[in-house]
Amino acid sequence: MNLSNITLGQYFPGNSPVHKLDPRYKILLTLLFIVTLFLAGGLITYLVCAAFLIGVILISRISLRMVLKSIAPIGILILITAVLNIFYTPGETELLSFWVFRITLEGVYSALRMIARIAMLVAGSSILTYTTSPILLTDAIESLLSPLRVLHVPVHEISMMMSIALRFIPTLIEEADKIMSAQKARGADFESGNLLRRVKAMIPLLIPLFVSAFRRADELALAMECRCYNGGEGRTRLHTLKASPRDHAIFFSVLLLFVAVSVAGRFGY
Amino acid sequence: MDAILRCENAAFSYPEGHGEVLHGVSLSIERGSFTAILGHNGSGKSTLAKLFNAILLPSEGKVYVDGIDTGEEDRLFDIRRRVGMVFQNPDNQIVSSVVEEDVAFAAENLGVPPEEIRRRVDDALATVGMSDYVRHAPHLLSGGQKQRIAIAGVIAMQPECIVLDEPTAMLDPAGRRDVMKTLHRLKEELGITVVLITHHMDEALQADRVVVISDGCVRMDATPAEVFCRHEELTALSLTAPESVLLLAELNRQGFDLQLDAMSPEACADAIASALQE
Repeated sequence: MNLSNITLGQYFPGNSPVHKLDPRYKILLTLLFIVTLFLAGGLITYLVCAAFLIGVILISRISLRMVLKSIAPIGILILITAVLNIFYTPGETELLSFWVFRITLEGVYSALRMIARIAMLVAGSSILTYTTSPILLTDAIESLLSPLRVLHVPVHEISMMMSIALRFIPTLIEEADKIMSAQKARGADFESGNLLRRVKAMIPLLIPLFVSAFRRADELALAMECRCYNGGEGRTRLHTLKASPRDHAIFFSVLLLFVAVSVAGRFGY
Repeated sequence: MDAILRCENAAFSYPEGHGEVLHGVSLSIERGSFTAILGHNGSGKSTLAKLFNAILLPSEGKVYVDGIDTGEEDRLFDIRRRVGMVFQNPDNQIVSSVVEEDVAFAAENLGVPPEEIRRRVDDALATVGMSDYVRHAPHLLSGGQKQRIAIAGVIAMQPECIVLDEPTAMLDPAGRRDVMKTLHRLKEELGITVVLITHHMDEALQADRVVVISDGCVRMDATPAEVFCRHEELTALSLTAPESVLLLAELNRQGFDLQLDAMSPEACADAIASALQE
C-alpha cells in the first residue's frame, strides 16, 4: 500500500485565472455545477458540462492525470452504480436478456449518464481543492457561513479546525508511512490475509499514529498560544477576500451557462 | 543593565508532582544580547524557557518581561508579543499550508492591518533568507527551512526577544548552520535579544554569555570562554567542553602550561604552535 498517492484535499499552487477567482465564488460555482450535473438530461447538456470541465482544467493548468487520479478511488462506487443502473432501469429496447436479467438500451444510457455524472462531480470538486489554497478555502467557507454567527455557530473555530486538519494531512501521511516501514522492518505484514486480518494488522500502525497526533496537537496549541492566538475576535487577515469586478463577471456568466444547461436538460437535450 | 527578561528567585513545580523542577532561579537577560542556556536533558532548561513568556507561571518568585510581571493576566498578549518562542519540532508549530500565511499568523492574531502584515511578512522572510519560498507548502521544505519559517513567524510579531527551545535538535548539520546564522542576523541587524536553549556546545560557544543549568539551579554564568575553561566542573554536570579545550587540558596534564581559552580548532592549533616555539 502506498500512502503517497492520496490526493484528496491537496493544493497545487499556481497563477491561473482559475486559481485567482474569488474562492467564495469558486465554492458556489462548484456546488452549482453539481446541481447542474443532476439537472442535465441528454447528450448535448452532458457534452456542454464535460466541455466546461475540460476547459476549466486546461485553464487551471492542472495536469489531467491528477484529475483522473482523484476519480480513481471511487472507481468501485462508479462501477456498482453503473451495474445497478444497467439492470434496474426499465426500458423498451431490449438488448440482451438472460435468466431474470434484462438489459435495455435505456439502462445502458442511464448507466453511462450516471458514470459521467459521478466522474464529473468528483473531478469538479477536486479542481476546487487543487486550485484553492486550504486557507483560502476555509476563509471562504468562514465568509459564506458568517451569517450563521447570529445563531451562535462558532464559524471561525470551525474554519480554523478545518484548515489545521488540512495542514496536517501530509504530515500525518508521511508519519504513517514511516511507522509502516518501521513495523514492516519488525516483521509486520499489512498486505496478506483476509480483510479481518488486514484490519487487525493496522492496529500497530494506528496506535502510534494517534499517540503522535495527540502530541502534535498539544505542541501546536502551545505554539499557537505563543503567537498570540485568541480566537477570531479582533483578528485581521493577510489576504482579505475581495471579489473584483472580473470575479463578478466570471461568476454571473458561468451562472448563466449553468442555468441554460439546466433548463435545456429539463427539456431533454 | 537594561534587562528585557528578569527572573527573581523563580521556582517551579508541575502540578502533577515530580517535585520542584526549578529552585529559586535568579537571572537577568540584557536587551540586545545573545545568551545560551546550556543544560543536559531534564535540567529544567525548557521549563525555564516557558517561564519567559508566561506559558508557565513560577510557583514562587517572579518573572518580569520588559518590566511586566508575567503573572498579570490581562497583559498576557503584551508579554507574548514581546517574547517570541520557537520550539524543537518545526512540524508542530507551523499552522498554515502556505509559507506566507504561516508567517502572517501571529501578526493576524494581533490585529495588524493587512498592508502592514504584507510588509512584515516580506521583511521577515527576507531576514531569514526564505524570500524565494513565499507561496511554498511548508511540508515540502527541509527541517532547517521549516525552522527558519517558524522564526520568521515570530519576527513578524516584531518581538523584543526570541526564546528558542533546542531549535536545532531535529536538524541536519546544514540546517543547524543556517538557523544559527539567522539567529546572529536577528541580533546584529534587528537588535532582537536571543535566548538559545541548547545542549550543543558549539552553539553555546557562539553566544555572548552562557548560563549553565543543572538540576533546576544556575551553576555557571559567564562568557563562553570562561565557562568552557572550567571543563572539570562541566563534566561533573554531564556536559563536555569543546574538544579544543579538552586537548589543551590534556597537554597541561603532561607538563605544558597552556591557556585553556581556545574555543576553535584554529585557536587551539595556534596556542600549541606558540607553546612549541618557546
